[in-house]
Order: sequence, then structure tokens, then C-alpha cells
Amino acid sequence: MIYADNAATTKMSEAAIQTMTALFQEAWGNPSSLYGHGQEAKEVLEKAREEIAAVIGAQSQEILFTSGGSEADNQAIRSAAALGAKKGKRHIVSTAFEHHAVLHTLKKLEEEGFEVTLLPVHENGIVRPEEVAAAIREDTCLVTVMFANNEIGTIQPIREIGAICREKGVLFHTDAVQAVGHLPIDVNADNIDMLSASAHKFHGPKGVGFLYVRKGIRLTNLIEGGAQERGKRAGTENVPGNAAMATALRETASQMPETTARLTVIRDRIIRGLSEIPHAALNGDAERRLPSNINFCFEGIEGESLLLLLDDKGICASSGSACTSGSLDPSHVLLAIGRVHDVAHGSLRLSIGEDITEEEADYIVRSVKDVVAYLRSFSPIWRDLTEGKKQFIL
Amino acid sequence: MALYSEKVMDHFRNPRNVGVIEDANGIGEVGNAKCGDIMKMYLKIEDDVVQDVKFETFGCGSAIASSSMATELIKGKPVSEVMKLTNKAVAEALDGLPAYKMHCSVLAEEAIHSALEDYQKRTGKSI
Ligand SMILES: Cc1ncc(COP(=O)(O)O)c(C=O)c1O
Repeated sequence: MIYADNAATTKMSEAAIQTMTALFQEAWGNPSSLYGHGQEAKEVLEKAREEIAAVIGAQSQEILFTSGGSEADNQAIRSAAALGAKKGKRHIVSTAFEHHAVLHTLKKLEEEGFEVTLLPVHENGIVRPEEVAAAIREDTCLVTVMFANNEIGTIQPIREIGAICREKGVLFHTDAVQAVGHLPIDVNADNIDMLSASAHKFHGPKGVGFLYVRKGIRLTNLIEGGAQERGKRAGTENVPGNAAMATALRETASQMPETTARLTVIRDRIIRGLSEIPHAALNGDAERRLPSNINFCFEGIEGESLLLLLDDKGICASSGSACTSGSLDPSHVLLAIGRVHDVAHGSLRLSIGEDITEEEADYIVRSVKDVVAYLRSFSPIWRDLTEGKKQFIL
Repeated sequence: MALYSEKVMDHFRNPRNVGVIEDANGIGEVGNAKCGDIMKMYLKIEDDVVQDVKFETFGCGSAIASSSMATELIKGKPVSEVMKLTNKAVAEALDGLPAYKMHCSVLAEEAIHSALEDYQKRTGKSI
């Protein structure tokens, strides 16, 4: 099996599994208990916090453990909104292609009286800093722009956007779920006030994540109860999970330079290969994208059938087609970069893993070529296109 | 748990009656690219019997499987019987479809009915 869906989730690393299973047996005490066994667990937890903070240039007290990326996004946005509302500021700037954890939270806030500006992300899938600057108003309380997009992998000009927010005195949050561990991040140099991350995207466990919150920013609780996490998130801490997240992050981040170099070559090899398919187009900027991400639209075919046939060939991938989402509309990300419905249904996302080989990359290219040609061979749209009854879009 | 039944996967992987009939006397096309499903049915009707049927489909796994199954259900059948084909019959023959995929079987029913209408129009025969 070739697993090329690492943007969906990653396999846990051996080291992370080791950390986790050992802790289930050893430091299983409650970190809030005062006896030695509890304090041992507390030490493990705080060490994990320090290690995570170090990777993104933060201080350990600025790291809040959460149940994952979604919770971190929700809490960051809710907190900024509450702070803004106190000062009568009820405007938020974001982008059209954020993850639903962000978009749906913003939608809720709109129902509660906030105004949201969703910036365009253009054909290349990249937000323009000058458009962020222009969108910020007197009553803007938050700018939230993702670090790298989960579908098309495009990397956003976070440092520039952060600088603009700093200058204008507006809080800046970034959903860095796809970036943490895979791209260099320094919350200070990058002018980030809040950052969301999720362990299962960098070989840690699922259901575990963190929110970085710059010192001095007051958080709003999503979960009330005990005084864990400095009173900002109640609930007995997931010590093994958080420690495994730290192990996974340290490991993934330490390998980043080599991984980036190697994957970029393989990514571009796959992109070159798939570009040979007629009436196909790469989605998102060719260079400013995650080293792991390849996303194409193929005209005349539908994504779900493509995925099923690739699965038969042992390749795990994903698509932005409506049929794979269970809704009628294809991916909002593809629509945001201007792909019309007709071709957005025929999309393929490959998110390759660190251990992919060149042979596997070539096998993927061959397989996709074969499957696309096969599906086109009995596609009535493809017939109309090739017989000139319909205009090609790609 | 697989997404689809074995039957669906079989018809998806090895679709029956794929292609076109050059001298078809009933052609029906339904669905649209915007929604991600298009089915085209070609019928060759002689002596009020569907002598041959072929399909072309743009769509998901269940759309392809539904088209394939529908062609099997009507091939060699008298037109009067084919008229009564329902999406339920297609879905049942596939050992069921996930609820949100039932529209694929509806599309198959509609494609066949549309091809029959075309046949009526071309031949002036009432069915
Ligand atoms: C960009 C982005 N944000 C948020 C999330 C949600 O993270 P989690 O699954 O940990 O809640 C994901 C994961 O799918 C993601 O890719």
C-alpha cells in the first residue's frame, strides 16, 4: 500500500508510540495530585510543553493542550472575538479557503452579530498581504489566515500578514495544522499571536493538539471545570497523548530539512508526470506549496471513482469531489481558487509521506494516468469535449 | 466496513455494457456536470424488445455501478417491462446503496426512461 493521504492523517511514529505506551504503564497518575506519582505525571506533561514550545520559538506557558486542531481553532477565534466584543470591535478578517473548523466558527460568530470578511485567495491559492491590510478596519478584532492549506498545500505569507496585524494592533491567529513540523515556524519572527496545531498531522496521536497563545492574551474557555491548563481548559490532562505529541513533533521537526529537500524533488517529479495528462491542471501555486502536496483537476472524470480505482491499485489518496464529501458541492477550496464545479469534481489530492520512494512516485503517476484514461473512455462529458460539442475548460 | 456492497464494487470495477451503440434508436442523457453525475443510455429496440443497451457515465462509483446494473436489468426485456424499471429495483439489485447515493439509482432510472421517450419520439410508437 502506498499511503498518499498524509494531509488527512499520518501514521504514528515508532518513537511516539513508544512514549505513549510507556506512559500508560508508568506515569499514569493525575498531574493535579500532590503525591509523587501525580507529580511525576505533571513533570512529563510540562516537559512535553517545553519541547513543543521550543520547536516554534514559544515559551512553555504559552502552549495550551487541546483535543486537536479543531478545538484550538475554535478557542483562538472565540477568545479573540470575546476580547474584541468588549471593546465594541466585531469584525474579523479571514480567507475563503480556511478549514471548516475556522469557517464554521466564523459562521456562528456572524449569527451572533460579528461581521466577517473572507478574502479571496486567487488562482494560485495565496492571500495577498496588501488585501489583508486593506480589509482591516477600526473595528477589526482578529485576522485569521491558515499557514498552509490542507487541500492544495499553498503556503501563505504569514510573516508579512503578521507584520501588518502588529502594525495595526489587530490579533493574528494562524491555523498551522498542516504546517507545524513540516515548515519552519517561529512565532516571534513570524508575528503570530495565536497558532493552532494537531498532533496527528505530524505522526503523533489523533485527538491531541495545542494552541499557542502569546503571553498576555486572555483566553475564553470552551470547557469549564477544573483548573487544568492554567484554568483555560478543564479536564484531566491527556498525559500520554501530549507527551507522544512532543516526541513526534521533535522528531518530525528535526528531520525537516532533509524531508523538505527529498519530498520537493519527488513532489515535482509527480507534478511533472501528471502534467503530461491532457486537460489536467495543477491546483495552487507550483512552488509555494507544501513539499508533500500534489493536487490536480482532470477534466471529464469524477474524483470518487478515481479514488476507488486507485485504492484497487494500492494507492490511498483523496479528492475534493462532492461525492467524497457527502455534499452536493465540490470542495470550497477548489471553488475559491476559481475552479468551476465541472472540473472541481475531478480533483485528486496526493499528500506524500517522508518514506515515499521514487519508484512509488512513478507507480503513482502511471496508475493515475491509466485510471484517468480508463474513466475518460466511457465518460459522456469527455466524448462531448473531444467531439467539439463542449469547450474544454482546462 | 467498505463504503459499498460487493455487488456495487463488482459492477463498478467490471461495468457491463459500457460504450455506445452507433445505430441506437433511443438515446437518453440525464444529470449534469455541475452536480458531478451524467449518464447516457443507448438503446437498440427491435420488435418492442431491448435487443441491446450500452451506457456512458461520468460520476462516482455508485453512478457507474447503477448504470451498469440498470443495463443488465433491461437487456433483452420487452419495452413494456423496461418502462416499469424503478430506481429501487436498481438499488436492490446492487444489494443496496448508501442513503446519500440513492440519487445515482434515480439517475439510472431517469436515463432509461429518457432513452425510451427518445425512441417513442423517433419512431412515433406509443409504449
Ligand atoms: C488546516 C486544518 N485545520 C484544522 C484541522 C482539524 O484538526 P483536528 O482533526 O485535529 O481537529 C485540520 C485537519 O483535518 C486541518 O487540516
